[in-house]
Amino acid sequence: MTAAQTAIKQSAPPALDVERIRADFPILGLRVNDNPLVFLDNAASSQMPQPVIDRWVKYQTRQHANIHRAVHYLSETATAEYETARRKLQAFVNAKEEREIIFTSGTTDSINLVMHGYGRKFIGRDDEIILTTLEHHSNIVPWQMLAEEKGAKIRVVPVNDRGELLLDEYKKLFNSRTKFVGVTQVSNALGTINPVSEMIAIAHGHGVPVLVDGAQAAPHLKVDMQQLDCDFYAFSGHKMCGPTGIGVLYGKAALLEKMQPFKGGGDMILSVTFEKTTYAPIPAKFEAGTPPIAAAITLGAAIDYLNAVGMDRISGHETDLLDYATDQVNRLPGVRIIGTAEKKAAVLSFVVDGVHPHDVGTLLNEDGVAIRTGHHCAQPVMQRFGIPATSRASFAFYNTMAEVDVLVASIRNVQKVFL
Amino acid sequence: MTVSKQLYQEVILDHNKKPRNWGTLADASHKAEGLNPLCGDHITLTLKLGGDVVDAINVQGESCAICKASASMMTTMVKGKTCADAEQMVQEFRDMATGKLDTASQPHHLGRLTVFAGVRDLPSRVKCAILPWHTLHAALNSDGSVSTEAEADPMHAPIGGA
Repeated sequence: MTAAQTAIKQSAPPALDVERIRADFPILGLRVNDNPLVFLDNAASSQMPQPVIDRWVKYQTRQHANIHRAVHYLSETATAEYETARRKLQAFVNAKEEREIIFTSGTTDSINLVMHGYGRKFIGRDDEIILTTLEHHSNIVPWQMLAEEKGAKIRVVPVNDRGELLLDEYKKLFNSRTKFVGVTQVSNALGTINPVSEMIAIAHGHGVPVLVDGAQAAPHLKVDMQQLDCDFYAFSGHKMCGPTGIGVLYGKAALLEKMQPFKGGGDMILSVTFEKTTYAPIPAKFEAGTPPIAAAITLGAAIDYLNAVGMDRISGHETDLLDYATDQVNRLPGVRIIGTAEKKAAVLSFVVDGVHPHDVGTLLNEDGVAIRTGHHCAQPVMQRFGIPATSRASFAFYNTMAEVDVLVASIRNVQKVFL
Repeated sequence: MTVSKQLYQEVILDHNKKPRNWGTLADASHKAEGLNPLCGDHITLTLKLGGDVVDAINVQGESCAICKASASMMTTMVKGKTCADAEQMVQEFRDMATGKLDTASQPHHLGRLTVFAGVRDLPSRVKCAILPWHTLHAALNSDGSVSTEAEADPMHAPIGGA
């Protein structure tokens, strides 16, 4: 971006009142090592605004009891609020039916549910599962466990030097043994936005279902299940201003109905005798035991918050942050950005010549800057780029251009220490 | 000056840039690998015992500055020492890094390795500093390989940051 373009961008009316939004997040007022906190580790977990925190408190102080059980006031209230949260999630991802939304403990749990419920039932010896180089370990390891158990094979879609999936190679991987595709919508390590719509259409052309890992997409992009036409979509609450311990699996009703249960227990049954147990219809079939009621309801409040800010404005602001940060970091000699895909979410992975990412992270922390350093649970990505680790700054809608400036200045300081 | 800036200034300038005894001994009698899966630090330690004495020791690998400087200084300190002396230093270094040994007030044999005392205030980096010492312990006992995450590692310490 030229200076003139930057000036125009900065003088344009703000699409999003970041300072007002920041006031909603108590934690953003913290000071770390005598510096204002600059929180750029949002891909790992995001922060929670006060209205969402308040929702948790309201639930515990006025609405808590176990759900789907008793006839008393609190149980009925908690049940109604829990199911209201499900409808909020349904609307957020534009699922056709609310029973297609299953509450899980997070993305990893969602993917494991599909592996056990669908994979163990429908994938067998010599069948093939297509994954991509960009997958987080949570969309690799469950499928490896399945492949080992069943004698199935895993095929991997390669990436180019920019960190973009090679679609032609993807197409070539399909054959009569292909039974499943798992792909992340946004790479957590590089930020690449994958062409999942196209990939889903290709897979469906072969009659193969697709699971999309939406952990890094749902908090940042508008996602639409009916438009995407994916078969499964997994995401986590804590990356989108919600609490930890809650996530979602979206699945097409017809597939969910065909699947076997993942966990057995209470609430997932119609009737139990020692001779035979009849399972409950979806979504209850996949929500054994007492679910994270408070977390689900609080996630519902986080969805309300994101909707109020507006997903379009969130995406727009984060793109501005990424463009500015990319431009600024590119100006630093001796710093290389890893992941330069044409379409990227607000993730900036980089390496500093002669400095291990762990040392970068420790020194940035001295300036109050929180980033992630390491392999980001995506070791195949690191291997592809021939590096042990990267430093990763990941942005949320409450981050500012001024915070990008602090990041860049802090990287310069690291280079001075290592001079 | 903050703890980590001080730590970096003291150790990095020299040992990170010019690590001593960096390489692999061709005629090693003992060897071990050390791995810190958290940050990808991966080192190989070779040493040659003459009787009970560490005659030669080399470290090679990919690591962060704290790990590399710790490994470099370790090699200079244990060369010429007996196995028992080396093991004592392993123990003392680990205690210092985890805050159990206050080198300012308690007796020790760590000499200038006390520059690493500051890592006790950087919980996520303690493993980086200790890894070479775990690996030395494994080599002396011919355990083959160690990981800072491995429960079976006899030197394993439940340290924050995981």
